[in-house]
This record gives sequence, C-alpha cells and structure tokens, in this order.
Amino acid sequence: MSETVNTMAQDVVKPPPPARRWNADRTTGHALMVLWAALGLGLVWFMINAWDPELIAKYGPKYLSGLGVTLSLVGTSIIIGAALSLPLAFARMSNSKILGSIAYAYVYFFRGTPLLAQTFLIYYGFGTFRQELDAIGLWSFFRDAWNCAVFAFALNTAAYQAEILRGAIESVPKGQWEGAAALGISKFQAFRKIILPQALIVALRPYGNEIILMIKGSAIVAIITVYDLMGETRRAFSRTFDFQTYLWAAIMYLVFVEALRNVWDAIERRLTRHLKR
Amino acid sequence: MFDAIASFVNSILAIIDPFCGPAGLFRWLLNDTILGCGADGWGDEVGSGVLVTVSLAVATLPLGLALGFFIALAKQSSEPSLKLAANIYTTIFRGLPELLTLFLVYFGGQIGIQALVKLFGGEGTVEISSFLAGMIALGVVFSSYASEVFLSAFRAIPDGQYEGGYAVGLRKSQAMRLIILPQLIRIALPGLSNLWLILVKDTALVSVIGLSDIVRQTGIAARVSKEAFLFFGTACLLYLILAMVSSIGLSAIERWSTKGDTGR
Repeated sequence: MSETVNTMAQDVVKPPPPARRWNADRTTGHALMVLWAALGLGLVWFMINAWDPELIAKYGPKYLSGLGVTLSLVGTSIIIGAALSLPLAFARMSNSKILGSIAYAYVYFFRGTPLLAQTFLIYYGFGTFRQELDAIGLWSFFRDAWNCAVFAFALNTAAYQAEILRGAIESVPKGQWEGAAALGISKFQAFRKIILPQALIVALRPYGNEIILMIKGSAIVAIITVYDLMGETRRAFSRTFDFQTYLWAAIMYLVFVEALRNVWDAIERRLTRHLKR
Repeated sequence: MFDAIASFVNSILAIIDPFCGPAGLFRWLLNDTILGCGADGWGDEVGSGVLVTVSLAVATLPLGLALGFFIALAKQSSEPSLKLAANIYTTIFRGLPELLTLFLVYFGGQIGIQALVKLFGGEGTVEISSFLAGMIALGVVFSSYASEVFLSAFRAIPDGQYEGGYAVGLRKSQAMRLIILPQLIRIALPGLSNLWLILVKDTALVSVIGLSDIVRQTGIAARVSKEAFLFFGTACLLYLILAMVSSIGLSAIERWSTKGDTGR
C-alpha cells in the first residue's frame, strides 16, 4: 500500500512555475541593471583611458599613507571616545539631576551640531585663546591640526557612543540586576560580569555603524589640512586636475567600508551564535 | 511683474526675518556688538547664511523622500533585477563619505556637462551652482538612508492590507495611495525625523564648495574679525536652534499623525 502511494507521489507532475512575463517591474529592473552595467563599464573604460603609470607611481603611495592617516585618526578617536563614553553614559543614567542634565547637555550639543562646525570651533576657535593656552602649555597641542581633529572627533564620538551604551545597558532586563543582587554579587561585579556582556551584544551593531560613520565623517579633516585619504585626493586633484583622483578615492572608501561592514557582520554572527534558535 | 513679486516676497522676508527683522534676535539683543545688524556687525550676513542652510535642507527633502520611496518600492519588489539595482545604489551612496559624494557631483558634473557640450560642438566652460550640486549630493545620500526606513515600514504592513484593498476592487495604485501610504508614513515618521536632523547637519559640508551657508558666513566673519571662537560658537548654537525648532515641529507632526490611533 505504502509502496503504491510512494510511486504515485513520485509520478505526480508538479504544475510548471508560472511563466515570468515581461511586466513593468521586470522591464524597469533590467533597464536599471543595464544602466548600472553601462556606468560600471564607463568607469572601467575611463580608468583604462586615463591610466597613467607616472600618476599612479607618484600618488599611489600617498593615497595609501592617506588611508593610514584616516584609519589611525578614526582608531584613536574611537578608543578615546569609548573611554569618555563610559562615565558619560553613567552620568546620563544616574539619579542625580545635576549629573544627568550635564551629560544630557553634552550629548545634545555634540549630536545636534555638525562635526564640521565642531572641528572648526576647536581648530580655529581655540586660536582665540592662544595666550591663555600658551600660559598653561597647551598651545603646542592645539596648534597641530591632527591633534585638533582627534580632539574634536573623540568628543563627538563619545556623545554618540554614550547613547549607544546607555541604550544597550537599559535594554538588559532589571531582573538580571536583581538576580545578581540576590546571589550576593556586588554591583560592580554584576555590571562587569552579567550586565556588560549582554549589553555589548545589543550594542554591537550600533558600534559598527558608528565606526563606519566616523570613517566617512573623517573626510572633513581634509579641510583643516590633515592629509588623510580625502586630503591626499584633494591635493592630487589640485595639482593634476585629473578627475580620476576622486574616482580612486571613491573606490578606496567604498571597498574599505564594505569590507568593514562584512567583517563586522561576521563578528556579529560569531558572537551571537548562542542566541540562534 | 516678476520683479514686483520678488520684491514683495523680499519685503515679507525682511519683516519676519528672525535675526535682523523688526523683531529680530540680533537687532534687539546684540545690536551694538559684533553680531549686530547693518554695516558694522555680522548679524545680517550670518542671518542670510541661516536662510541658505534652511532652504538647502528644505529643497533637498522632497527630492530625497521621493527617490527614497521609489528605491524602497524597488527593494521590496519580487523582481530580483530590480532589487539588485536598488541595492547597488544604496551600497554606493551609504559607503561613500558625504563630502566625497559632494565633490563627485560638483566636479564630475562639471566635467561631464563640459564633455557633453563639447560633443555637440559647444564652447566655453560650464559651472554648476553649488546649491544644485549640494541638493543632488545630499538628496542622493538622504534617499539611500530613507529607502531603508521606508523598507522597514513596508515590512511592518501586513499583506492583508493589500489583499483587502484588492478585494474591495481597488487598483494597485489606488491601494498604494489610499491604504498603504497613510499607514506607511505613520510608521516611517520617527526614522524620517532622524534623517531630517542628519540632513540639516550635513548641509554644513556644502560650505566647502562655496555656498554661503552658516559655516561659510561665520567662517568669513571669523577670518575678518579674528573672533573665531565667537563666530564658530555662534554657528554651533544656530545649528542647535535649528535642531530644537525641527524637533518641536517634528513632534507636532508625529502627534498629528498618531491622532487617529486608538489605544490598541
């Protein structure tokens, strides 16, 4: 009996999938893909035509060193910002009204104004206080564009990271704190060993986004004469008037950001594998 | 006729000008200082910068919203080629720094149009207005983020809503306009509010290609008067005020949009 059913089931011919007709969606989709392909080929053709070994030999290493400057700038400010964000996040969550409102004002200021204006405020604005800064020996620090950029970026990212951290810590249910307290674990220990690990998993994706935003945002340091990838690009363009200088920068940024995004996704998959059902 | 309208609009703007108008902030509070109005102070220049910043953001918004909506439509379609085309778009414009996108549009547009003009036998150099370049670049970036917001809003609307619409005899476009869109806007509003605040901040970048916005005007004032901290501080404060005014407006819109919600 069961055999007949099996053979019958095998003999059943599935209805053919509905024919995919050339409706509006499909036509537009193919047209757009043709457009992208044409743009891509146009880019390749432009690059081959504009290929100049001398130019590459001259500016290639500079672009790489520019990328290095971008990465070290972002890396330094992210790390300093992370250190600053911890006390900020705690001040934001504290019961003290004064601490809370100071932290809120800080976060509101740095998230509500453009990074460009903040950087100008620090790089050009602190020059107003040259005498005072000289007196306490800080002028040599603020005279340097790189230091000013790191200073501005670290303060800026600290505000964003504090909000990420606060959101993540508040997303851990209260029962986790209470459970730890019931076991006689001190508050500090509970935070370090129970709350933080759970919060960081929630914060992982926003942190990745913040790093990518910083890499993209760091392009503005080119305006205050730091020769990062964007700065090297502007310098190369102003000397050669060759548009491929900008296209190379675009390719480098795009490849780097996409690579980082994929690596971050892989890290997240790895770290959250115990949460998969 | 046209001049008459323009002068009428200008006189209205002069009256409601919040900085140097009859009831302006700078005129009443800071008139004898460096931020006062008129030839001695920088108040009117900075005020015109605020107007440029606001009008750039306002002009970019509809462009970005419309583009973003159509890209979200493409992303949630069942046609793989359409989805892929939309995904390439967002990958590119979310991966590039906004400043670089701006330069690509500004210089690339100039070079491209020049090449086209030459192709048709024209002469001379072409210059794109920095306002237009800024509008396109910021609009493109805005649209690629807005498409994600719209897409997640689309996913929050159950299929039954479309099916119900078709069942009562609505056409596809009607169901979209009458049933889906009103719900979509409500769900997407918080995300779009965020993007608006980011857009206002991103307009600062356009100062680099020479548009006289807040940052550029205060920068000029800072260079001439040697009061850099004062003027860039003013710029930051102005952006903060813009952000506060926007959030008040946005929360009013949000209250209005959720007015019909019954407690579920």
